[in-house]
Formats: sequence, C-alpha cells, structure tokens
Amino acid sequence: MDLSYSAEDLAFRDEVRAYLAENLPERISDVVCSGAELTKEIIEEWHAILNKRGWLATIWPKEFGGPGWSPVQKHIFEEECCRAYAPRIVPFGLNMLGPVLQVFGSKEQQDHYLPRILDGTDWWCQGYSEPGAGSDLASLKTRAERDGDEWVINGQKTWTTLGQFADWIFCLCRTDPDAKNQEGISFILVDMATPGIEVRPIKLIEGGYEVNEIFFTDVRVPVGNLVGKENKGWTIAKFLLTHERTGIAGVGFSMQSLEEVKAIARKTMRGGKPLIEDPLFAARVAQAEIDLEAMKITNLRMLFKAQEQGAPGPETSLLKIKGTVINQELKDLARRALGPAAAPFPGHITEGNLMFGPADTEHNAARYFNNRKTSIFGGSNEIQRNIVTKTMLEL
Amino acid sequence: MDFNLTEDRQMLADTLNRFLGEQYPVEHRIKVAYDAPYHDPAKWDQLVELGALYALASEEAGGMGGTGFDISVVFEALGKTLTPEPFLGALMASRLLAAAGGDQDALLTGATKYAVGITEIDAPYELDQIATQATAKGDGFTLSGRKSTVYGGQIADVILIAAKHDDGLGVFAVNAADANVTGYGLMDGGGAAEILMDDAPATLVLADAEAALNDAVNAGIVALCAEAVGAMEVTHATTVEYFKQRKQFGVPIGKFQVLQHRAVDMLTEIEQARSIVIKAAAELGGDDASKYASMAKNLIGRAARLIAEESIQMHGGIAMTWEYSVSHYAKRLIMLDAQLGDTDYHLSQVMKGYAA
Repeated sequence: MDLSYSAEDLAFRDEVRAYLAENLPERISDVVCSGAELTKEIIEEWHAILNKRGWLATIWPKEFGGPGWSPVQKHIFEEECCRAYAPRIVPFGLNMLGPVLQVFGSKEQQDHYLPRILDGTDWWCQGYSEPGAGSDLASLKTRAERDGDEWVINGQKTWTTLGQFADWIFCLCRTDPDAKNQEGISFILVDMATPGIEVRPIKLIEGGYEVNEIFFTDVRVPVGNLVGKENKGWTIAKFLLTHERTGIAGVGFSMQSLEEVKAIARKTMRGGKPLIEDPLFAARVAQAEIDLEAMKITNLRMLFKAQEQGAPGPETSLLKIKGTVINQELKDLARRALGPAAAPFPGHITEGNLMFGPADTEHNAARYFNNRKTSIFGGSNEIQRNIVTKTMLEL
Repeated sequence: MDFNLTEDRQMLADTLNRFLGEQYPVEHRIKVAYDAPYHDPAKWDQLVELGALYALASEEAGGMGGTGFDISVVFEALGKTLTPEPFLGALMASRLLAAAGGDQDALLTGATKYAVGITEIDAPYELDQIATQATAKGDGFTLSGRKSTVYGGQIADVILIAAKHDDGLGVFAVNAADANVTGYGLMDGGGAAEILMDDAPATLVLADAEAALNDAVNAGIVALCAEAVGAMEVTHATTVEYFKQRKQFGVPIGKFQVLQHRAVDMLTEIEQARSIVIKAAAELGGDDASKYASMAKNLIGRAARLIAEESIQMHGGIAMTWEYSVSHYAKRLIMLDAQLGDTDYHLSQVMKGYAA
C-alpha cells in the first residue's frame, strides 16, 4: 500500500502545474471561476493552447497524436486543470469520436478526421438521445435508409450539447427497422451543413443555452460516412459507455466546490458570526468533505486497477453515482450559504455598487440548478445502478 | 501509488482468513460470544501463536508490524468472521506501552492479557473530560474512579487506565485483582467490564500521556473501521446471495429493481468505507492521524448502519432471528459506532478545523 505518487508522477504534476501557470490566461480562468457560460471563442482558444503543447487529446495513444499518458497521469492532468480553473475540454470529438475512430474507423476516416479534431477544424457533437429514447437508448427511431451511394436520414435527436457550435455530428441511426432493438443500429457521421438539418436551442432550467434539438429531414450523406459495420452501431455505443473515463467521479470539480463553499461560509455572516461556525451548516460541510476524501481514494483505487488490468471495470459506475451525489450536495451547500445573495438572476444587477454577496458568486444558483444534470446525463445514476446490478452483483 | 498489499501482509491476511474460516465459523462464534468469558480462550491462544499480536506492534516495540496497514489487515480478517477475541485492548495497550518505551513481551506472547480503560460514563469519548484521579502514595500511586465498557476487561490481567495526573493525563497499570472488576457480555457479542477503583494501587506507565492516548485511540479507530469493512463485505455478500435464493411472487427477489438499487448503494458505501480506512491507515502515526481517523470513524458509522439496517430489511424476517448470521453481523456493525467516538462525535471533530 502506498498512496503517494511516484517521483515521476510528482515531476509530471509539477510540469503540468508550471505549464498551466504560464499558459492559462487569467481572463479565461476568471470566467471559469465565476461559473459563467464559456463562449465558443474561449473554448477554442484553450483547446489550441493545449494542442500546441500536445496535451489536448489526453486519452489518445501516441500513434494518433495523443501524449500516451498512463491513467494516473491523465488523472493528475485533470486534477491540475481543475485546480487552475482551466476550462473543461469539450469531449465529443476528443474523448468520444476520437477513440471510436481509432478502434472502429477505416484508415481513411482516421487520417481525415483525427487531425481535424486536434486542430479544431471540426467541432463535433453527439447525436444519441431522442425524445423517445433516453435511458432506453436502444429504442431510438432516427432512420437512415440506403439510397444508392447515400444514406438518407430522417428523425430527431435531442439534448445535443453545444450542437449550436458544431460542424459535424456523430449519430446513432436505425438502419434495419426489422431487427431487434440493439441490432439494426448504425454509427454515421453527418456534416451539420448538409441541407435538411435544423438546430433548435433548448433553454435550460437556469436560463442557459447549451443543449439543442436537431431535426433531420431527408438529410443525404455519403455511404462512406458509416463508421464500423452496418447495423453494428450498438457495439460502438457500448464501447463509449464503458470507455476509459478517468474523470467520471469529478473529484477535481468537487474539490473546487468544497473550497468555494468554505470561502463563502467564512465571509457570510449569520447571527453575528461567520456561517462556517454554525454547527448545523458546518456539519453538512464536514460530511460532504469526508465523503469527498473517501472518493479521492476510491478514484485512485479504480485508476490503479485500470492501470494494472489495462481497462477500467464496472466500478466506474460507482464513481459516477457517488461522485455526482457529492458534487450536487456541495453545490447545494454553496447556494444555501449565500442565502438571499444567491437570489438575483445573473446579469440583472448591472451596477457594481449594488452587487452584494462575496465576489464571484453571481452564477452560484445557476450552477446549482445546471448541475442537477450530472446525475442524469451520461447514463443516469439509475442506469448506472442497473449496470452494477448486472456486472458486479450478477443479479 | 500501489493499492496492493505487500507480500508479507498478504500472507498474514491469508493465514488469518484461513484459520478463522476453518476454526471460527459463525455458528461457533455465536456459541462462544454470548456466554462467559465471552470469547474462546483456546482459539485466542492459537491466534496468538499464529503471531497475530506481533503484527500489531512495531519492530522497536518487539513486534513485526504496527503500521496502519498491519492493523487493518488483522482487523478486517477478524471482522469477516465477527471474531470476539480481545484484540482491540491488546492493540491499544501495545501502543501505550510502546510510547512508554517499556518491554511488552508479556503482551505479545499472550502471557499477560491487557485491556485499556479510557471510557467513562460521562466521558465516553473525550479525553479532557476524564474524571478518574491518580494520587501519589509512597513509591507508587492509587487510582479512584470508574471506567466503563472496558472491552476485554472481563478477562484482562492488567488494565491500562487513563487518569488525571498532575495537570494532565497519565497512563497507569492496574492489576485486575486490585480493582473491583465486573465483567459482562455485550449485545453484539464479546465482553467488557466496569472497573471500579477506590484507592486501587497502580503503577505509572506514562506521564503527559495525551499524545500517546490519542495515538492509541487512532490506532483503535483504524482497527474498528477495518473490522467494520470486513463485516460489511460479508453482510453484503450474504444479502446478495439471499437475493438469488429467496423467491417471492414466483421469482428470485433479486429480480426486483427496488432491491437491486439499494444493494448497489450499499456496495458504493462499502467501497467508500474501504477507501477512507486506507487513508486513515496511511496517516496513522503522522501529524494528521486524528483528522483522518475522525473522517474514517464518521463515514464507517454511517456506512455500517446503512449496511446493517438495509440487510435486515431486505432479508425480511429471517435476519430478525438469532439463528441467522446476518443478525449478528448487523448487531456488531451498529454497536461498534459507540466505541472510540461515534458518528456525530467524529463529525464534530472534523468541523473543529473549520473555524480558523
């Protein structure tokens, strides 16, 4: 048993930390720290900075232009990025489609798409969920019919994150309507500029705009845009669900949130004393901190196992469940600590001298509401429990 | 970073698991744990012969282990089989004797059985509330006061007592024969004693003993938490197995999602519990030992209650019976919360760090 990082890992951590201090612009980390929405320009700028260093596609192997890091190194990198308030990397091209093409794509597809993901030429989004296919993804209905050298796509995708910025979308489409649910699905790449595609924004609970509905009406794409085999798209979907997700527990983000809660509670006064000295409030913070402390080790244990065995096990589902619960609790504590200062709608108080509450807390309530999504997306926590039931409990 | 046990500790774990698995099946445990002397003296001797006590003490103290991970390996094995043998007292006494720099061969060979008396009725967990008083008398001391729920006290030869001495706390050795010792069995099996002292003759083991007592408590917490992890894993596995056997409405009850998801949540908390014990074990003896011991004891307290209560509930009537193993595991999981600081006490310890 040894909980400490190796000398090499520590040196790597110092290298990452120094790099971030040098290369992450303060105006970007300030936006991240404030919790405001990130613009497309900021995200692209940050991606380009990381790409220049070769650290953008953190989970890609070296042969495809990734850094070839170990699971522990990826974890360290993510932890340091959180610590420095760097923007999250937008995962759809880099962490989802990239690995899919590397495993299932043709040589031509790899050569064409992978470099364009790295240099930011193509912004990708994900076409999985549909109005009638959420947790039961295999019941999706968007249809792709073969017509000569083309697929003709009709249907609707939804919850498409940052689809408003996307140049391309990877879609799960039904190519054999007579096959059983999971069979008869194919994985197809679609240029968002193709005629027949309409993107409609979905306004979220907190007023933000990050997801969309996408409508496909007789959208024609070349047959060569199929990835893998026809009717075998579900294999790719499953690959993505169980693919290496070192950051799934969100430990770094929860550490940020914990510090935020404590900082707010030290500045907020209740009954003439700092809120952090209120035993009822402090007890909730302490319990969340203890759960997070355990989660740090649970996360490292799973990383260690992934490193030893070459692949993460179904335990990543446990990380997702508990990690999101802890983060949501911390977001609730931050909002509650602010009390009435959390109430004004972000941006509505425009005169600086009327702002109240600790600095950088304007978006706090919005973040609380927005983060309710984490236990729903990426396979809801209930679906994760179903996965663990099958794989670990064998029921 | 390495989460594997060293070869030596893996061997120790294998040896103990094999011995306890063969020699201490749960039916035997139920038979010996509730009747005086509330353990099995013959099995205790065998465990001592296997070197289980040596694993709890450092080399400087004459042992072969003594780190947090040695302790957690031993106690997890004990927890898996609910072994009611008096290891906790031996461990904590060993820490105190090591701090005093004295010889502890008698403890490690099993020649002398030790227990540790810290807890008092009005000071169940807080060292600074201890009322038992030491008074100098001739070359030695006498002690007056009452120590409560002294685990293993029912069979101890010597009890190490924490008592007020000068302006602080001292640790004193009292022969069981020199005090009024009333032994009894516990709700969850195993035994303890009330120790009444009225000018009982005592030997000073260690003055200014706060740090040593804290260390002994922290080691005891790592032990209890590891014991709980062992017990929780067995309880959970038994419950999941029962899901597959027990049929209602024509299907195994494990087919019901309402039970499946709760079993997954239990598993999540057991993994979290294992993690925090690893952390507390790693920090034992260091500057932050008390902080992580408190974190561990709090999380274990919550997890153990969840596992115990959910396991009883999901078994239905059968786990309410004395005959079925889960009832005994559940009792141990619930009752160990009150040893060395409960869930709330340790939460308040963690909160103390926030004010500054």
